[in-house]
Amino acid sequence: MSKRSYLIISVIVVLSTVLSACATPAPAGGAGGTVTVVSDLPMTGSSLGQTQTIVNAITQAFESKGNKVCDGKWTITYKPYDDASAARGAWDPEVVTKNAKEYASNTNIVLVIGTFNSGAAKLMIPILNAENLAMVSPANTYPGLTKPGKGEKGEPEVYYPNKVRNYSRVVPADDLQGAVGAKWAKELGAKSVYVLDDQELYGKGLADVFNKAAVANGLTVIAQEGIDGKAADYKALATKINDKKPDLIYFGGITQNNAGQLFKDIRNVGFKGMLMGPDGIYEEAFVKAAGDASENVYLTFGGLPVDKLTGKAAEWRDAYKAKFKSDPEVYAIYGYVSAQVTMDAFERVCKSGKALTDRAAVREAVFATKDLDSVLGKFSLDANGDTTDTTMSGVQIRKGKFEFVTLLK
Amino acid sequence: MQLVRRFLPLVIGIYLLLFFGPLAGFDFFRIVGEIYNKPSLLLQQLINGLANGSIVAIVALGYTLVYGIIELVNFAHGDVFMLGAFMALTVIGATGVTETSTASEKLTAALLAGAAAIIFCGVINVIIERFAYRRLRNAPRLAPLISAIGVSFIVQNIGLFWGGLRSFFPIMGVNSAAPKAFPDLIGRVDVFKDWFGLDLPITLSTKELMVIVVAAALMVGLRLLVQYTKIGKAMRATAENRDAAKIMGIDIDRVISFTFLLGGALAGAAGLMFGLYNNTVVFTMGFTGGLRAFTSAVLGGIGNITGAMFGGILIGLLAAFSDQYFSSRWTNAWVFAILVTVMVFRPTGLMGENVGQKA
Repeated sequence: MSKRSYLIISVIVVLSTVLSACATPAPAGGAGGTVTVVSDLPMTGSSLGQTQTIVNAITQAFESKGNKVCDGKWTITYKPYDDASAARGAWDPEVVTKNAKEYASNTNIVLVIGTFNSGAAKLMIPILNAENLAMVSPANTYPGLTKPGKGEKGEPEVYYPNKVRNYSRVVPADDLQGAVGAKWAKELGAKSVYVLDDQELYGKGLADVFNKAAVANGLTVIAQEGIDGKAADYKALATKINDKKPDLIYFGGITQNNAGQLFKDIRNVGFKGMLMGPDGIYEEAFVKAAGDASENVYLTFGGLPVDKLTGKAAEWRDAYKAKFKSDPEVYAIYGYVSAQVTMDAFERVCKSGKALTDRAAVREAVFATKDLDSVLGKFSLDANGDTTDTTMSGVQIRKGKFEFVTLLK
Repeated sequence: MQLVRRFLPLVIGIYLLLFFGPLAGFDFFRIVGEIYNKPSLLLQQLINGLANGSIVAIVALGYTLVYGIIELVNFAHGDVFMLGAFMALTVIGATGVTETSTASEKLTAALLAGAAAIIFCGVINVIIERFAYRRLRNAPRLAPLISAIGVSFIVQNIGLFWGGLRSFFPIMGVNSAAPKAFPDLIGRVDVFKDWFGLDLPITLSTKELMVIVVAAALMVGLRLLVQYTKIGKAMRATAENRDAAKIMGIDIDRVISFTFLLGGALAGAAGLMFGLYNNTVVFTMGFTGGLRAFTSAVLGGIGNITGAMFGGILIGLLAAFSDQYFSSRWTNAWVFAILVTVMVFRPTGLMGENVGQKA
């Protein structure tokens, strides 16, 4: 091919891209049109195992209604965004901020399902808050994002410069998870605990709650320490902890901050006690990374394990398996519920006679979610944007499988 | 006046240490008390630190070798180390050897993996030099540096891609970016107890012994090679004065290629050792591991082979000591605070740079 034909082809390619971008019709008033819903989840890195199933579930939820709401007047275009980078192999603050700015400026985007990591939410909420853009998180559990007095000083107000809440979540927050974890540790017979965290918002927040709750439950907390999630190994720290002989070690953090290596090293130095972690390590990737060291690890999380789901949730699971030919991970169902919250809010916006492109109306509708009949049962969102659902379960890893142990209260 | 000026940083440093140290876990009397009460714990941490430091040191050798010859901080080196670990994992996966195989099978698999990783990384490093650095050799210093950072990202993404090839290599697991379990071929046998029948309060496992012995052997070998062979002599001559070496009939390109081959081979060996020792490999390990190793090379005096080894072990020991007696939250801060302190007083590093003047 000559140089000229290259030139012509590239011009055609560029032009067609530009034209197709313009071709989307601009929706007018309440007459209908197209709106975009995006999800913001880390999809480069080991979280992908989890997040891909969330994206699948969201797709499944929208498709179950033919991607239409309001009697077919409005079409929902769903677009999954990735907030991770290859360099970090996990969520990346730079990408989160870049994504947030894009959502804020693209007026066709009326709702964001995300984020996955609480640290990412911290960055994204204020940017979207300024633009009245509603968020529904399927996974953030850091209490300070919504609950006054449960996080740092000034939280959660600092995230809402507009003074109006735009962020909600469909999972129970960690003020519940950390507390039930400590209580469970006591029931399991632990007297002394050693608390570790990965120094991130989610992990440290959770470990702090666990620490406080452990003391309140009469357990001895030997110390709380942070680990460097990028270190090659933790043998020195494990040696130190093993010397103190705690009955149980609690790790607040995520798989992507080297939880596998940490647990391996703790077992390698000969620690024989119990190990406990939160939902951040409740995934296949953790079992793969920790290998034998994941054996007998106790896990807490909001909701029920996939194979323990009943009723409508079980129907959803079977439909998911049939459609995607694989098992959903634990957060997938919250992805589905997030999409249900979205569609429910959209219906009510239409009923009020407003257009779905009205971001403020959508935001209000999300916060007015009441007794939504979701696959997880009926729940509402309170004024803080928190779910009224408080189901928590305790799980243990046995022979590499997650085995349901008990409901936690 | 001169004296005051000379020691002013030291005084400021001590002042900062006394005031801010306790925040980061520095409590002199508590630490002395703990060591006095349980000296065996200190010894145990020294073993931990030594083993960790040994791996860092071998990677650091690669940085220092290349810097010594062409004054380039080869940022891609850490990522080549990661590729070495991936190659070793792939080969071990292909042999089908697992934790339950016999000792001779394990040894064969480890040696095969080692040979593959060493050859592969050596060749990769030579290719990188040929394509990304050679043409920039006489360009301003920043050009090859940026090129090195670029190569680092490329190699990292190759690792990410490689980790996703689970249909070819089932050992890579479920997810391209997830940490991968490296088979534990060495096992954890307590050398003192099971080999010598000594019941000591400290343990030295076969893993730590392997890492320390192999690292020491590699360093001695490298030292001998550089000191006593013809190519070693050529390397030193090139390092000292490239133009003069050329006039004397030394094929500069060949010498530099050989240096990269050697550095890559060391990275490959370190990759295998990392896998066998920590039993987890992940595509980002090159970046973070490389940063520590580079720091060690600078601490020891970049360009100096003994210095790199020494710096690596020192950093390993320091990190272990900090984890035990300060606070693991502050370990990185302590390591880099020491680095800054050393740099302030000895800008050429602990052992100084022995590469001679540069044109």
